[in-house]
Formats: sequence, C-alpha cells, structure tokens
Amino acid sequence: MSGQSTYVPKNALAKWFEARLPIGGLMHSSFIAYPTPRNLNYMWTFGGILSFMLGAQILTGIVLAMHYTPESSLAFNSVEHIMRDVNGGWLLRYLHLNGASLFFAAAYIHTARGLYYGSYKSPREVLWLLGIIILLLMMATAFMGYVLPWGQMSFWGATVITNLFSAIPIVGDTIVTYLWGGYAVGNPTLNRFYSLHYLLPFVIAGVVALHVWALHVAGQNNPTGIDVKSSKDTVPFTPYATVKDALGLVVFLLVYCWFVFYEPNILGDADNYIQANPLKTPPHIVPEWYFLPFYAILRSMPDIFFIPAKLAGVMAMFGAILMLALVPWLDTSRVRSARFRPLYRPFFWVLILVCIGLGYIGAKEVTPGRIVVGQILTAYYYVHFLVILPLLGLIETPNDMPNSISESVLGGNATAVPAGAHAAPERKG
Amino acid sequence: MKRVRLLLAAAMAFCCATGFAARAQEEGPAFVPKIPDRQSWSFAGPFGVYDTAQLQRGYKIYREVCANCHSMEDMHFRNLADPGGPEFTEGQVKALAAEFKVTDGPDDNGKMFKRPGRPADPFPRPFPNEQTAKLANGGAVPPDMSVLAKARSYEPYDWFPADIGYALWSMLTQYQTQGPDYISALLQGFKKPPPGFKIEPGQNYNEVFAAGNGIIAMPPPLQDGVVQYPKGPDGKPVVPETVEQYSKDVAAFLMWVAEPKLDYRKQLGLEVMIYLLAAAGLMYFVKKKVWAKVHA
Repeated sequence: MSGQSTYVPKNALAKWFEARLPIGGLMHSSFIAYPTPRNLNYMWTFGGILSFMLGAQILTGIVLAMHYTPESSLAFNSVEHIMRDVNGGWLLRYLHLNGASLFFAAAYIHTARGLYYGSYKSPREVLWLLGIIILLLMMATAFMGYVLPWGQMSFWGATVITNLFSAIPIVGDTIVTYLWGGYAVGNPTLNRFYSLHYLLPFVIAGVVALHVWALHVAGQNNPTGIDVKSSKDTVPFTPYATVKDALGLVVFLLVYCWFVFYEPNILGDADNYIQANPLKTPPHIVPEWYFLPFYAILRSMPDIFFIPAKLAGVMAMFGAILMLALVPWLDTSRVRSARFRPLYRPFFWVLILVCIGLGYIGAKEVTPGRIVVGQILTAYYYVHFLVILPLLGLIETPNDMPNSISESVLGGNATAVPAGAHAAPERKG
Repeated sequence: MKRVRLLLAAAMAFCCATGFAARAQEEGPAFVPKIPDRQSWSFAGPFGVYDTAQLQRGYKIYREVCANCHSMEDMHFRNLADPGGPEFTEGQVKALAAEFKVTDGPDDNGKMFKRPGRPADPFPRPFPNEQTAKLANGGAVPPDMSVLAKARSYEPYDWFPADIGYALWSMLTQYQTQGPDYISALLQGFKKPPPGFKIEPGQNYNEVFAAGNGIIAMPPPLQDGVVQYPKGPDGKPVVPETVEQYSKDVAAFLMWVAEPKLDYRKQLGLEVMIYLLAAAGLMYFVKKKVWAKVHA
C-alpha cells in the first residue's frame, strides 16, 4: 500500500545523493505520490494538525527552556520574567501553555475518530497501539510540564499524582521516593521533571515516526471503512490531501490563536498564579481539563474487598487507557465504520457523553451525590468496552455497504450490484 | 432511563440537603460569600485597552496605600513608562522611583546601604522577610501583588448545568476579568458582620472573602477622600474620591501589573486573526479548485 516511488531526481547532485541515500524517494512516496482514499473527511486532517502541534510545542519549549530556571525558589518568578522581560516571551509562554490544551483536544478528536470509523481494526492494530503509547507519553509530558511553573496547582497536583504510585503494593513507596528525589515534592522533583519534560517530546516524535510508518504500511482507513480496491478509490497525497490538511490546520489555528491572544488563561486554574506553598493546601485540587475524566475515575473507586480505594482508583484510571488499547480485540464486528453500524453508532455517542460527564465530575468538588454519579459513569465506561462492544458485533445487523470507495463517492448506479450480495459476508447476526 | 435520572437527581438533592443541614447544626449560620458583581472594564473584550489615566490613579493608590504592606516584586519602576501601561514619562518614573528607598550593596566597606530607587530597580518589599510581615500583620502575610489579579477566581454557580453554562459562556464571550471584579468587590466588601458572626480582635469581616470564611486580617484599606486625585480646571477632582472609584482604579492597575502586555497582545491578536481568516478563505478556494476534478 505504501506508494511506489516514481521519484526521478532532477539534477546531477540529487541523482548522486539519491543513489547513496534515497531519502528523496522516501519523501516523495510518503507525502506526494502516496495514494490516499478519495473520500476522507475533515476528521482525517487531525493527523497533520497533531504533527504540527508537536513541532510547535517543541519549538516554543526549546526557547522557553533558554529563559526558565528549574529551581524551586526561582521557578515561579522566572516564568514571570519570561512573561515580562523576555522579548515575545509572553507570546511563547501562552502559545506553549494553550498549545498543550489544543494538542490534547486534537488528540482526543483523533482518537474518537478512530473509534467511530473503526480505524483500529485489522490490519491497523499496531498503528492503533502506537497511538495509545503516544497518548500515554503526552499525558506524562503534560503532567510534568504543568509542574514547572511551580504554582500552587503545580505543586499540589504533583503531590497528589505522584502519591498515587505509593498505592502499588510492596514497591510503591520506593517508586514514590525515586519520583520525588526525596521524601516530599521539592527541588529534586522539579529538576527531574524538567529534565524528563525536555526528553519525552523527542520520544513522542520517535513513536510518531513509527505511527506514520505503520500508517503507510497499512494505508489510511476512510469513512466507509471499506478497503481500497483500485486506483479509482484513491487520489495522490499531493495536492489533494495536502491542500485539505492545510485548510484544516488553518481553521484549527484560528481556534488556537483565539485562546492565545484573547483568553490565554481561561483553560487554566487561577490558583497556579500563586507560588507553590508546601504548607498551604489549596481548597480544591484539580488537574488540567484534559485529565479530568481520568481524575473522576480515580476518585470514584471505593474499597473493593482487599483492595484499598486508592489502589483501586489507580488501577481503574490506568485501566481506562488499557481499555482503549484493547479495543481492536474487544470489538467483534467485522464492519469498521459506524456509518454502517446502526447499533454501535448511538453507543459511540453515549460513550462520548459519558466521558464528558466524567470530565464534569472530575472538575467539581466531591459530594456524596457526585461520587455516585462518578461511579455510575465509571461503571458504564467499562461496560461499554467489556460488554457492549463485544456483544454488538454479535447481535448487530450492519446496513448495506457500497461496493467500493469510489462508488460511495460517485454514486454506484454504473456498477450496481444487488446490495445484499456483497453486504452478506460482513454480517454475523 | 428518564426515571433513573429523576431518581438520581432526587438522591443528589437529598444528599446535598442533609449535608448542609448537618453542617449548619455544628457551626451556626454558615458564611455564604457574596459573588462579586461584573464591572465594565476598559480592557475587557477583544478590543479592550487599558485606560492610562485610570492606571495612573491606580498607581497612586498602590503607592500611598497598598505598598505599605504588599510587595510587587516582579515589577520594575521602568515598567511604569512602558507602552500600554500608566505611561508615565521617563522623568516622572525617575522621580517616582526616587520616592522609594532601595537596599543596595555591599559597598567597599562590605556594608549594605540605602539609596533612592532608580528606574531599573524592582519595587522594594515593604518587609525584609515573611516573618516580619507576619509579625506586623497579625499572623497573616500580605500576598505579593505581581500576579494577584490573575490569581483570584470564583464559581458563581455550583449546580448543574448552570456551572457548565457559565464556563462555556465565559469562554465564548471572552470574560477574563474575574480577578479585577473580585479585587474591587473585596475592597468594598468590608461590612458589619451579620448578627451572631463571631470576630476576634484584629480580625475584620468581609462579605466577599471566601478563602477566610468571611474573616480577613487586612483592615479596610480605603476611605472616601484618603487619596488625592488630579484636579480639573474648576479645582474639583476629575473622578470622585470614593471607595468605589478607588477600588475600581486600583483593581485596574493590578490587572495591568499582572498582565502588562495585554494591549499589545490583543492588537497582535487582531492582526493574526485577520491573517488566518484570509488564509482560511484562500485555502478554501484552493481546495475547492483542486478537488473539482475529482468530484466531477
């Protein structure tokens, strides 16, 4: 499926180089000649948007690192120094700060798109798993980055989250000591988080390269979920996908810049503009919005038999991501796209609402009522993946599907085949 | 499904009600903080800019009232001349800086010494350390004011779905002035405590101060007429010398202190938005043209 290279070096130097390292052919076959399904919608522009955001975060981050001081008594004021005295420093910091939020927004949309159109199914399981690894790395990076300004929420967020690891039996306390570099969150913690926050984005970039490689081996999924069957189903990446990705990116940048220039602090917590004070716990510790659903799952777990609530919460939280990783094997339907799955479609949207509901619960202070709601939503989240998803594939009767991608785009009258004839093999019910 | 949700709502309402009742029995009447009113600020909205005259008045209040206890260590005197700020002239800034005594040194004899401030100096702290600050203020440390206006917020609604609606509406309307709204309300929030509210000597009641459940260490810092404002040609001050006006002016000044690049940020934002909108329009037609062949 990877594009056959039709690249012909134009001049002698390029010819000489290509014979020794065919990078021109690789670029040409990956981003120019690469055949992309002709029916991709704008949900498919988020891959390009995410690559852009990773690059933007790395670039702004590198310059911010030139001015930031990773020392617990200086960090908070060094951020203000960037905001006030570094040329364009306020812009860099607001780009980086809101960039994290927009990066996650794009990643969640990208993941949801994969869930809706069944992009995780054979032969794209490894592609999907690499995506989940990227998501985990992004979470670690964002969490450690949030600690660096050393505000109240940085400090107490770090305290709460690192403390979670103490729930692990036997080795938990040792792990926490290593995370902290001592016996409480302090300067050594800040130093190692800074070091790792600088390192992990490059690890992400490496996994992204694998992700793109796997994509180019399996080929892109598309809104019908039907495999590419002939060259009529595809168009070359350039100019078709390039120009569509560019439009998607510009519209995304409009939203990004709306936040950066007009409300740069609205996605954050006001308490993080108060310098960290280990002696004063803020009344309400909340993570950034993109962690809220997981935070809600963490807080909603009760003691379960011999498992204490804290350990149960940690397990449920990481289990929530594990569910995503297992989706390729939990989904028993042979039809990829929700477009042809009348039962899966409503359940997909219920899952999205449940995740938003969990985010809401995670943002609010704990009350007995909210605990119950959080527990119900958490239970539903697991039921969706462990019960509903496997069952649906067995009981669902998929809708009739078009013969090919080109037929779905251009209307299939010319090549009409009795609808049932080709749809039948997909049915299991 | 509907019935389940109704049951849930009923259960939640019951939990809340019983929770409140239990608390009320223990502590007497619970303190419910007043939610600050929304003010209209010159710097709100996508085209908002600071009001230079207001910032100059606000600085005067900081200088004469707040600076006695509150530091502002991320600000330098030179910032007072920055564009998009109070925009004092360089000469004025030199004079304003010289009003402060700054510790410098060590000199050739190894001694620290005091000298008048210069524009390049940061605002000096009123107390040499936290302990002195505590001692002088009944055990409370007056918070630094560098980013105070960005560090204060409140949730006006704690019930679903008003809280979500409020958050989304704020995001859509670019409501970014909770900080100055809060500061201005707090400065006007020193009221007589309600009957039955216990206050120790050295404490003050403030109807807005949620963090202390209504009890604040700071005594009311402003009274009508305490700061002299610039006079008009008729010899009367151009704006009223009232607590209400003082509160607004100093809150606006503190917003500038917390966000000194706001004017430029919004101006640049407009340029970026116009550029991106044009680029989006252009890309839309390019995309249409390119794809026309495929859709035919």
